[in-house]
Amino acid sequence: MAECHPVGFQWVVEAKARGAKVFHVDPRFTRTSAIADRHLPIRAGSDIVLLGALINHVLANELDFREYVTAYTNASSIVSDDFRDTEDLDGLFSGFDPDTRKYDPSSWAYAGGRQEAAAGQRSEQFEGGGRREDGAGRGQGEPEAGEQMEGGARHAEAAGADQYGSGGAETEARPLTDPTLRHPRCVYQILKRHFARYTPEMVEEVCGIPREGFTELAEAITANSGRERTTAWAYAVGWTQHTVGAQYIRTASILQLLLGNMGRPGGGILALRGHASIQGSTDIPTLFNILPGYLPMPHAHRHENLDDYLAHAGADTGFWGRKRSYMVSLLKAWWGEAATEDNDFCFGHLPRLTGDHGHYTTVMAQIDGTVKGYFVVGENPAVGSSGGRTQRLGLANLDWLVVRDLTLVETATFWKDGPELRTGETRTEDVATEVFFMPAASHVEKEGTFTNTQRLLQWRHKALDPPGDCRSELSFYYHLGKRIRARLSDDEIDRPLRELTWDYPEEGERAEPSAEAVLREINGTGPDGRALSAYTELEPDGSTRCGCWIYCGVYADEVNQAARRKPGREQSWVAPEWGWAWPANRRTLYNRASADPQGRPWSERKAYVWWDADRGEWTGHDVPDFEKDKPPDYLPPEGALAEAALAGTDPFIMQADGKGWLFAPAGLADGPLPTHYEPHESPLRNPLYGQQANPARRIYHREEAPYNPPQSPRFPYVLTTYRLTEHHTAGAMSRPLAYLAELQPELFCEVSPLLAERLGLVNGGWATIVTSRTAIEARVLVTDRVRPLRLAGRTVHQIGLPYHWGWGGGGLVTGDVANDLLPLVLDPNVYIQEGKAVTCDLRPGRRPTGRALLELIQEYRDG
Amino acid sequence: MAQGGWISRWPVLRQLRGENARGSAARSARTDALRPRTEDADSVARSVCPYCAVGCGQLVYVKDGRVTQIEGDPDSPISRGRLCPKGSASKQLVTHPGRQTQVLYRRPHGTEWESLDLETAMDMIADRVVRTRRETWQQEEGGKVVRRTMGIASLGGATLDNEENYLMKKLYTALGAIQVENQARI
Amino acid sequence: MAERMGFFTDTSVCIGCKACEVACKEWNDVPDDGFVFRATSYDNTGALGADSWRHVAFIEQSRPIRREREQAGPEGGLDGLDVLGELGGPGAPGGSDGPGGPGGPGGPDGQEGVEGWLMSSDVCKHCTHAACLDVCPTGALFRTEFGTVVVQADVCNGCGYCVPACPYGVIDRRERDGRAFKCTMCYDRQLGGLEPACAKACPTDSIQFGPLDELRARAEERVERLRGEGRARARLYGADPDDGVGGDGAFFLLLDDPEVYGLPPDPVVTTRDLPAMWRWAAGAALSLAGAVAVSFATAGRGRGWRR
Repeated sequence: MAECHPVGFQWVVEAKARGAKVFHVDPRFTRTSAIADRHLPIRAGSDIVLLGALINHVLANELDFREYVTAYTNASSIVSDDFRDTEDLDGLFSGFDPDTRKYDPSSWAYAGGRQEAAAGQRSEQFEGGGRREDGAGRGQGEPEAGEQMEGGARHAEAAGADQYGSGGAETEARPLTDPTLRHPRCVYQILKRHFARYTPEMVEEVCGIPREGFTELAEAITANSGRERTTAWAYAVGWTQHTVGAQYIRTASILQLLLGNMGRPGGGILALRGHASIQGSTDIPTLFNILPGYLPMPHAHRHENLDDYLAHAGADTGFWGRKRSYMVSLLKAWWGEAATEDNDFCFGHLPRLTGDHGHYTTVMAQIDGTVKGYFVVGENPAVGSSGGRTQRLGLANLDWLVVRDLTLVETATFWKDGPELRTGETRTEDVATEVFFMPAASHVEKEGTFTNTQRLLQWRHKALDPPGDCRSELSFYYHLGKRIRARLSDDEIDRPLRELTWDYPEEGERAEPSAEAVLREINGTGPDGRALSAYTELEPDGSTRCGCWIYCGVYADEVNQAARRKPGREQSWVAPEWGWAWPANRRTLYNRASADPQGRPWSERKAYVWWDADRGEWTGHDVPDFEKDKPPDYLPPEGALAEAALAGTDPFIMQADGKGWLFAPAGLADGPLPTHYEPHESPLRNPLYGQQANPARRIYHREEAPYNPPQSPRFPYVLTTYRLTEHHTAGAMSRPLAYLAELQPELFCEVSPLLAERLGLVNGGWATIVTSRTAIEARVLVTDRVRPLRLAGRTVHQIGLPYHWGWGGGGLVTGDVANDLLPLVLDPNVYIQEGKAVTCDLRPGRRPTGRALLELIQEYRDG
Repeated sequence: MAQGGWISRWPVLRQLRGENARGSAARSARTDALRPRTEDADSVARSVCPYCAVGCGQLVYVKDGRVTQIEGDPDSPISRGRLCPKGSASKQLVTHPGRQTQVLYRRPHGTEWESLDLETAMDMIADRVVRTRRETWQQEEGGKVVRRTMGIASLGGATLDNEENYLMKKLYTALGAIQVENQARI
Repeated sequence: MAERMGFFTDTSVCIGCKACEVACKEWNDVPDDGFVFRATSYDNTGALGADSWRHVAFIEQSRPIRREREQAGPEGGLDGLDVLGELGGPGAPGGSDGPGGPGGPGGPDGQEGVEGWLMSSDVCKHCTHAACLDVCPTGALFRTEFGTVVVQADVCNGCGYCVPACPYGVIDRRERDGRAFKCTMCYDRQLGGLEPACAKACPTDSIQFGPLDELRARAEERVERLRGEGRARARLYGADPDDGVGGDGAFFLLLDDPEVYGLPPDPVVTTRDLPAMWRWAAGAALSLAGAVAVSFATAGRGRGWRR
């Protein structure tokens, strides 16, 4: 955190000064470790073992915050008796189909009632063309022709969890429960059995964390959780870029729920995100599988019309139950008067998914010739994405490419100076791609909002006009849209474009579209044309318009709330009048959990929001993330829908049952509970189960990027990549800047003195790092901060590699591309690549050049 | 300055003479005129750092159409006026000489960049989008309506504004381009 | 004269981000200092100089081999442990309690390769008795109303006398134009009531700016607290008005010996004996310059302490 989010780290320093204890778990000893109370070095790719052992420690010693757990989590819910755990199946859950390498999740559902089928039911019912309600695969369901891969597993095809929107998967609002937590199939007992083998000994053997270190951590987090205290976890892509990335976060969620650290001040699991508006670009997604506000993109085989879509786009209970209002308002925002009840509000205008259309699949489609035109906007995949060579082969096979950036990034110049030219694989003249480089306006040359890592929207005022041809993306896409619309025919395929609302006011000489007008459209308007104040005002009948329901309220009272800048020192510590946080300006999500079931703060120290019985409403330091007037003793009537189906004690209001899910009865592609699997490329056998790696991970067998075999002696070392404070991502925003380039001028690899000695590496000299993809050279930094780990009787060496360099990009400093080393293997839920734990070889000296480089790689591939 | 040649101005001598020669007497006219350049700014825009997602407040000072300083906004309850090295280098980010400010065009199989005016480039890109969309239009797949193009893809968004991502997603969706991705996936 | 202003750099919360280096350059328009990979931990700046007015030192402290052996349990050691110990880390002095003391990273598991990573942002000390100022023949160097020492670029003739005079090796001539440059404590900003750019940017408040008296009081409290937490080697550096330079306007809280950070342990104003010598010799300026040079030779340059 000190390394990549230094200014955010000031709050950790402040907490430490007030007595907080700071642990840093990281393969490297970083700038964060330097001032943490304790650094726990861990083998990259083994965190589920550590977190699982903490869960086991909590459960085995009954250290959970029992009142919180019984009231606010699904610990007491009873799971189907068809469920089989990894304990029973040596690392697999029930429902796995080895042929498709996908799970049918139906056996993971809660016992009894219609929820039995959970996610599987939804898929199956549609894909099978109206099957019986409980016909959820489980092996006996006969899929219809053309749906052979199903059995409820189709959901894994369209980026897993995201297809359920922000509400998570559908399930029963009130499942069967055992409040005593003793039923053998209640979630609590399942959890206990599942995590029993995650012991401190296992942590030592798999993670390389000594027992003393584990004990210190376990004691600290349990002593600092409960009524009076909270513990927070912060993570970044070190936890997500794995073939089990989503499950890493799940493991932390389970631990935090057991300890009662969710929805409370000083608690939570904090994602430290790496780009200025990466949160915003997920909320209002430039992502294939979702629409604004985490509404799923429609799927061809499930969503033929709006009713189909809504019936199978997540839960009907909890606030997600209002999804029709959210969706219809979005369609109205996009297609305006053309969107009517009679035409399904133009739902048919939406294109349909048929599977994974993510970044890496798209790149394969470029190589295979399907994708002809590509826009790359403020991103630099030629050096910034895994398997850079694959990326560049894709770029070289396009008809046309538009690159928009501040500098001539490598993605724009690959045809002129890419590594494949130097190895003789391609020649400039042979690359047919037509390239447009469109210079971009910088952050001070345009106005608009970024959404930061804590969901806070902050408006940036424009300081000056952009130079030369530089334009904002707002301007580019607006004017491109205008030009495209001017070229339309009367053809039916052009109807969605013809009817699109695209009439933003133009300002100034450059005819810039008004960003505030766009923000106002995102916020939404009511029947009277006035800006709406809250998403609860959205209607399902087409009378409201809203571009992103979770952002509704950012323009409340016709005021740009994101531009609010009341100085922090003039308001409470929650600072509610600085910017605007979605949803509804709530700063801590699910904060109903900061009060006990009766609505009283768990303790005075940790008071945050609470029920004011006299006034009959929730109040506190933050905007309550709960219906303001729903009393703690509210019980939902039978058959209630949306938020009315949740009790006054259900804080997790986006979940179908209002509970924090210790066990996920639906919604994940690789199991209802986190399980340790080795990375796809690992030097070790999985010590916990016979199943080596995530069975549902997404693999591409491509000749452009072969894999290192598991436990291969050719690739004996663990490689992990990361950022440095002095640079940003692939370097386009830092290497051209003299003041940053001079601080870290060269790509280097960090190795332990022991490994350096063994391999003959010299501090300051050169080393070559090799995988089956390629070999790159880096300067050597010999440091005790990288520590060999003793695991299962052998020593495992880790190599650290920052990834900020590329061959060009306008950089004052250049270097080989670390990402070229990485494999293309993905988490099955969110399709993120495994970049943080792969295997490699390391050799002294510089890498060969030209053909000799290809020959070296071939030698390694041939073994 | 005191009379009597350079040696009499030597601070050591003046110190020995008990003068305040090393202080006020030594000041040049330029020194006397020193003020923070931010005081001369024509305007100050309240902005947000463009690097990571902490969202530190920035103040952008502009004089004569040029950015003269970018520093932290002390009012921000997030950052309290502080910036990391990248945030502190933001002025260089927007003013460095390596920034490309003109449209460039590389024709198929071309070996060099060519210049192109912005309007022409915009028209050419619009032509290609419309053409590629028509050529790759997919009305159905496997008997199901998909009404989309798999011929156009897009990457990027995490460095952009919400309003920009919104227009991108809106336009792409209306075009039927579904392969839209950004850094959040990686 | 206004109140004397200073820097208190509390290295115990420095995260080595180098925001100070960059913010300084952005404000003062200091040129880059070259793109040289030094393979010295994360330090590629190397030293203070004409083009680096702030410099963050990175010191990796390895666990001494003796302690490794004592603390390693029967299964706690590593194969090749001796190799580990012999190699040490770049710039590993050993023998420090650093953050690896009680409660610090490291701890008694016997496997840690590194015990602590010290970081400290160095800067011109703005000495109470500033030799650079004493030897400046042109009056380019002067003491401001804030008690700081500033070079006036429009007066400096590039004679370079100040360079060897500095007991810390701070002030330096820029090769391109020969004139001397160093930290001004953002004199122009102070004139407008603003804090220096480095202190303003510093994410963790490791660099604090304010009236020197207040800073010294704050620093005393801080060092006491750290010692109470078991950081026995924590000490202030440059805070003592009775030291060889009469106390620094920019002083530090260090977690180890000054030498570990590349700071001279006992800096003395190189012109300390100047007034007496002047009375005795009443000689020409040239001979005085000679005395200055001798003085430098005995005091040593701060840079010489860097490893």
